[in-house]
Amino acid sequence: MIKKEMIAMLLAGGQGSRLGVLTKKVAKPAVAFGGKYRIIDFPLSNCINSAVDTVGVLTQYQPLRLNTHIGIGIPWDLDRNIGGVTVLPPYEKSTSSEWYTGTANAIYQNIDYMDSFNPEYVLILSGDHIYKMDYEVMLDYHKSKGAEVTLAAMPVPIEEAKRFGILITDENRQITEFEEKPENPRSNLASMGIYIFNWKTLKEALIANANQPALDFGKHVIPYCHSNGSPIFAYEYNGYWKDVGTLHSYWEANMELIDLVPEFNLYEEYWKIYTKNDRLPPQYIAESAEVEKSIIGEGSEIYGRVYNSVIGCGVTIGEGTVVRDSIIMNDTVIGKYGEIYKGIIAENVRIGDSVKLGVGEERENETDPHIYNNGLVTVGERSYVPANVSVGKNTVIFGETQEEDYPDHYLPSGRTLMKAGDEA
Amino acid sequence: MRAIGIILAGGNNHRMQELSQKRAIAAMPIAGSYRSIDFALSNMSNSHIQKVGVCTQYNASSLNTHLSSSKWWDFGRKQGGLFVFTPAVTSDNSYWYRGTADALYQNISFLKESHEPYVVIASGDCVYKMDFNRVLEYHIAKKADITVVCKDMPEGTNLDRYGTIKMNEECRIEEFEEKPIVAKSNTVSCGIYVVRRRQLIELLEKCAEEGLYDFVKDVLIRYKNFKRIFGYKIKDYWSNIATVEDYFRTNMDFLKPEVRDYFFRQYPDIYSKEDDLPPAKYNVGARVKNSLIASGTIVNGVVENSIIFKKAFIGNNCTIKNSIILNDVYIGDNTYIENCIVESRDTIRANSYHKGEGKVEIVIEKNERYVI
Repeated sequence: MIKKEMIAMLLAGGQGSRLGVLTKKVAKPAVAFGGKYRIIDFPLSNCINSAVDTVGVLTQYQPLRLNTHIGIGIPWDLDRNIGGVTVLPPYEKSTSSEWYTGTANAIYQNIDYMDSFNPEYVLILSGDHIYKMDYEVMLDYHKSKGAEVTLAAMPVPIEEAKRFGILITDENRQITEFEEKPENPRSNLASMGIYIFNWKTLKEALIANANQPALDFGKHVIPYCHSNGSPIFAYEYNGYWKDVGTLHSYWEANMELIDLVPEFNLYEEYWKIYTKNDRLPPQYIAESAEVEKSIIGEGSEIYGRVYNSVIGCGVTIGEGTVVRDSIIMNDTVIGKYGEIYKGIIAENVRIGDSVKLGVGEERENETDPHIYNNGLVTVGERSYVPANVSVGKNTVIFGETQEEDYPDHYLPSGRTLMKAGDEA
Repeated sequence: MRAIGIILAGGNNHRMQELSQKRAIAAMPIAGSYRSIDFALSNMSNSHIQKVGVCTQYNASSLNTHLSSSKWWDFGRKQGGLFVFTPAVTSDNSYWYRGTADALYQNISFLKESHEPYVVIASGDCVYKMDFNRVLEYHIAKKADITVVCKDMPEGTNLDRYGTIKMNEECRIEEFEEKPIVAKSNTVSCGIYVVRRRQLIELLEKCAEEGLYDFVKDVLIRYKNFKRIFGYKIKDYWSNIATVEDYFRTNMDFLKPEVRDYFFRQYPDIYSKEDDLPPAKYNVGARVKNSLIASGTIVNGVVENSIIFKKAFIGNNCTIKNSIILNDVYIGDNTYIENCIVESRDTIRANSYHKGEGKVEIVIEKNERYVI
């Protein structure tokens, strides 16, 4: 009989709407990160580096890019005879058919998948964090504490604690109370959304709460286990961990990779991050180019000047163009003699010659100020920006825009420009 | 595809100088991210040849590591696949490969047990793109016994390491000279042959009987007036890397936009083993001009007109000019390198000075590397 000690379930179905146009066509875990990676590469690489070789990936929102990226798991060595990576979309059942209505509901709907590996422990992960973590060490901790549930948690500054789910523990690190986004936090230990469950405990809890609408781990399953008296422990983690849930934190996390010795170091031999790589050629830096404080992916051709930026694979930056403090994703082509400041330019975007992005005064975004802020210019994938236009700050552009969309060749700060058609 | 492929990757020669100490020529790194044999392998894969044998002999460990998985070239198949043939002692043979024909003969069971009617033979030391289907169509149309792919070299090229060819007006090969001191023609053999499988088996068995071992000398030249041997001329980029000068020049060719476009951007791609390296990083002080930089590299200094292979580290205040830095090289601060090839995995101490005067210098310093 097949027996796996621990299998992982990776929640990758969410839209991540606070990433704005970046997740219009792709699920958040499939959003590019750090030049050549996608966000899901980090938990997947952590799995294989922690010797967890069976991973179920739960998908729902816009799964095409994610499915293509994962394939049969070859880049992560997750193409296995037994186990490996399996993409688990919602499916029709004889009695009912529903979407995944909550994090725990998604897991509940895949009890059969988990049962088929006969695991002792199930690791629950989410596909939207950047970090390196050895889940095997966490499992050892789980076992040594005799826990039924272990939550990974990290200390955060107390003034920020009210943005997180906060864990209150006794001196033995056993959790006594939970507080979800508390006004006056009594502890600074924040839950990271990484859980190890004894499979028996989890299965029992999922079945008992099956009828709970929008069944959620933080709101329902863990409190249920707690009220049943299951020992729940906090596993303190002190390494680099970054939630890239908002455009600004996404931009910041990318920028941190450029530091001389980044806190999150991709260049260490140990604990490699794997990704599906469509491109092999080296990058070309032309005579006219200048590149400083930047990282650049395979096959890019740089003719312009790039400072303090994260450039993906297969990008072309034309002569005379200045790119500063920006993220430019795979296969985007940028024309000549332009300027890009604090831009987040998604994949396969074409930007004409002499285009200026991120110029002008600071003004709040007119439609979604909680998404598009901090002076960023965001351009969604497969967009087109015509030549000779200037675009202000806190702006967003999506779709094949034409010259007439920019009166006087100008899109003022704070504007949202979404082209209709293509169900935009 | 109605052919199987064989890549001859066993060779080595003194013209590669110190560079061949570490590896077979077919394993030489090319253009930042590739190895020489990737071109032949990718061409075969892209021509839909499903079954490929690679004959290796000299210092094959780099090559074998590179070929440890066949999935990169899409040869991880149930039908066909990638086969590596190193010389083996058997009950009736205890020799190394004594020549190219002998290498093929010692693996004649690979030929006998295939069912495809044709064989494409290529060498592992050339940089090119080719659809072998075109050559095969030509081969059939000409009713040839053997077709030899050839190319006109520019006037003034030293041809004394090539096989030169003279063809008549219907492209049948009339003269074939191996390594001529004074060449009668500037058309050279590219070391790529198409031949019917049964024909090849017959020729190889006859060679073996007569104690002859070289495919060019003992098959092509010996049989040229007896069998129908035709030339197939190509105009596209093709370069043999088997001397230090040619190796250097071939790499430097990739700084030309048309060469990069041809190999990197035009379909189909050249494949290689993936190394899962992070993007290249440019720190404060980096000044890179007209250079190719492979992934995993960290640049802190000046790089001009150079090819930097994977995972190199270039320290502060360094100057690298007109040079090739092979894989996994560490270059300490304040180092000056010009007109050099720095051997892979090398560690160059800080404040070093290397300049190739008049010719390319091969730098091999075997210093200890202390990694933090």
